[in-house]
Amino acid sequence: MNRFILFVPLVGFTILAGLFFLTIDRKDKEVLPSPLVGQPFPEFEMISLETGEVVSRKDLLGKRALVNVWATWCPTCKAEHSFLNLLASEGVRIFGINYKDEDSKARQWLASYGNPYRWNLSDTDGKLGLELGVYGAPETFLIDGSGVIRGRHVGDLNARVWATLKPEFESLP
Amino acid sequence: MRYPFRHWLTGLLLLLAAVAAQAVVNGYKYPFEDPADIARFQHLAEELRCPKCQNQNLADSNAPVAGDMREKVYELMNEGQSDDQIVGYLVARYGDFVRYKPPVRAETYLLWFGPLLAFLLGLLVLRQMRRNQRKAPVPAPLTDAERQRLEQLKAAVTADSSNDQKANNP
Repeated sequence: MNRFILFVPLVGFTILAGLFFLTIDRKDKEVLPSPLVGQPFPEFEMISLETGEVVSRKDLLGKRALVNVWATWCPTCKAEHSFLNLLASEGVRIFGINYKDEDSKARQWLASYGNPYRWNLSDTDGKLGLELGVYGAPETFLIDGSGVIRGRHVGDLNARVWATLKPEFESLP
Repeated sequence: MRYPFRHWLTGLLLLLAAVAAQAVVNGYKYPFEDPADIARFQHLAEELRCPKCQNQNLADSNAPVAGDMREKVYELMNEGQSDDQIVGYLVARYGDFVRYKPPVRAETYLLWFGPLLAFLLGLLVLRQMRRNQRKAPVPAPLTDAERQRLEQLKAAVTADSSNDQKANNP
């Protein structure tokens, strides 16, 4: 009966090996969970990239929306841009945060590749990005009509990602 | 004059004091009035983890986001916030990941107490093994009859092997 205790190391090893095996294929090792999900989108008052007018948090409200963090120095942002254009053409409300970038380059980018955004914020020094826990671009936040963050996706948006995000997004008020 | 360079020395010390009043992290300067704050800042930058380059702290990392976070730590320190408040500010935005030292919570019990558990289990196994060893039956001494039989067998074996030798060397 006491011999069973000799199997404890084997059981321990098996559990560990199982854990490692489960995570061996995880592709999103770099994706961190956001503690901001469920929290209200942070307050801001910033200059719009397109018009130079002041936009603030209340301009996000009313209906569910995507807030996309992007920059011209970010190759993945270019990869997802046409998909954002597609989403915008389907009527999805998308707001942009131009993160740690130069305004002139950003305007040129939007002129060349199209502008899927209702408006863009110019977050040159990354202050709003810091409030949002952004650590790279692109990142996309799902917010509901009352301005609460309901989800975050790190990395590019594409048809495959959207297939999983869409039901979640469309259930938001 | 016993110390002809005294004025020079005083000047040098003053200069050193002025230089020491800033923390230099990753080539960036963070001036502080109180030298104790320099140590605090350095400590915080080493204790907080960069979310982008995941195995570096804020002091080591030259990722832009690490720079922004250092800047924020500096700003919050100058606002007079405590270490806990500053760490809390970043954790609220980036999650527990930014702390090299994770908090003790129900989800992290295994992380914190797992090694202790493994150690205790090891002790238990060790104790059991020793107990089993001690319990191993000690053979009873041979009876007279058994001893006689043993002698007979020994004699037979000796006789056998001497016969073999004879057979091999005719």
